[in-house]
Amino acid sequence: MHIPDGYLGPATSGMFYVVMAPIWAKASKVVKKTLKASQVPLLAIGAAFSFVVMMFNVPIPGGSTGHAVGGVLIAILLGPWAACIAITVALVVQALLFGDGGITAIGANCFNMAFVLPFVGYYVYKAVSHHAPVDSVRRVWAAGIGAYIGINAAALLAGVEFGIQPLLHHTAAGQALYCPYGLNVAVPTMAGEHLLVFGWIEAVVTALVVKYLQKQAPDMIQE
Amino acid sequence: MKITTKLWIGLMVLILLSPLGLILPEHFKAGSAWGEWGADEIQKLVGYVPQGFKKLADLWNAPMPDYAFKGWEEKGLSYLSFAYIVAAIVGIAVIVAVAYFIGKLLSSKGD
Repeated sequence: MHIPDGYLGPATSGMFYVVMAPIWAKASKVVKKTLKASQVPLLAIGAAFSFVVMMFNVPIPGGSTGHAVGGVLIAILLGPWAACIAITVALVVQALLFGDGGITAIGANCFNMAFVLPFVGYYVYKAVSHHAPVDSVRRVWAAGIGAYIGINAAALLAGVEFGIQPLLHHTAAGQALYCPYGLNVAVPTMAGEHLLVFGWIEAVVTALVVKYLQKQAPDMIQE
Repeated sequence: MKITTKLWIGLMVLILLSPLGLILPEHFKAGSAWGEWGADEIQKLVGYVPQGFKKLADLWNAPMPDYAFKGWEEKGLSYLSFAYIVAAIVGIAVIVAVAYFIGKLLSSKGD
């Protein structure tokens, strides 16, 4: 889901920087109010966890690969705004040091994976767990379901961002200038891969860690 | 043991296991993720390289492209796995430093 440089036209990549700026500002504001000094290590661990989870590429039939993001887990433990910051740090380092995800696409990639993913996942988790006791099985399911829906929302968006490029930018002869695949290919592929494979990985990883923390550190799972 | 200590250990285990994310796709002959192809792959897939793509694709010169050392593209899987682990360590070191810096900057004092 890391959109590289050259796949999005300037209009799309520029727009997502503009959209992300106030989100990043709001995230800093909220985190400033809510993050305790004792939670700083957890913010760092969360960002590092997301980074390393994304290195576990999983092959799927058809010769493609993908991975989980781990972002919904951070949102469950630290709240969606802190998760936004943690995942943003991971994504920026991936782009700058490892060329994973484009420099021009940082806004779009952060919108998908650092904003939509943790927020959708977090609110689904909250709705499904619905004040269930911290040690309940329901919370484990809620975490898994939140993770599954969160990553799929992000993948769907990435598909749309890829898919609108041929509509926005093409030569007179009809050749695409950026991503060559339209909505009819990009959306079913991105959504399908994550619905069938990567969403389940995200769900299982998130649910298992929440189950582990219920026993080891129940105070980390509060909301 | 403190829970954060356990989580740090978990992270280290993930770092050591990370080459699985390289070896498994290689074993099943899987290529790039969808939408993350280079110019050659796009040429093969759609028969041309989009003009805008050509201009932007190489905009950034990452110091460790694809979680490997520059010039190691043709090396064997064991070398690449080693590079992958080094990349994971470097990436996590930078991320932890940045996250701590931001966290200290933003977090409230007290507990």
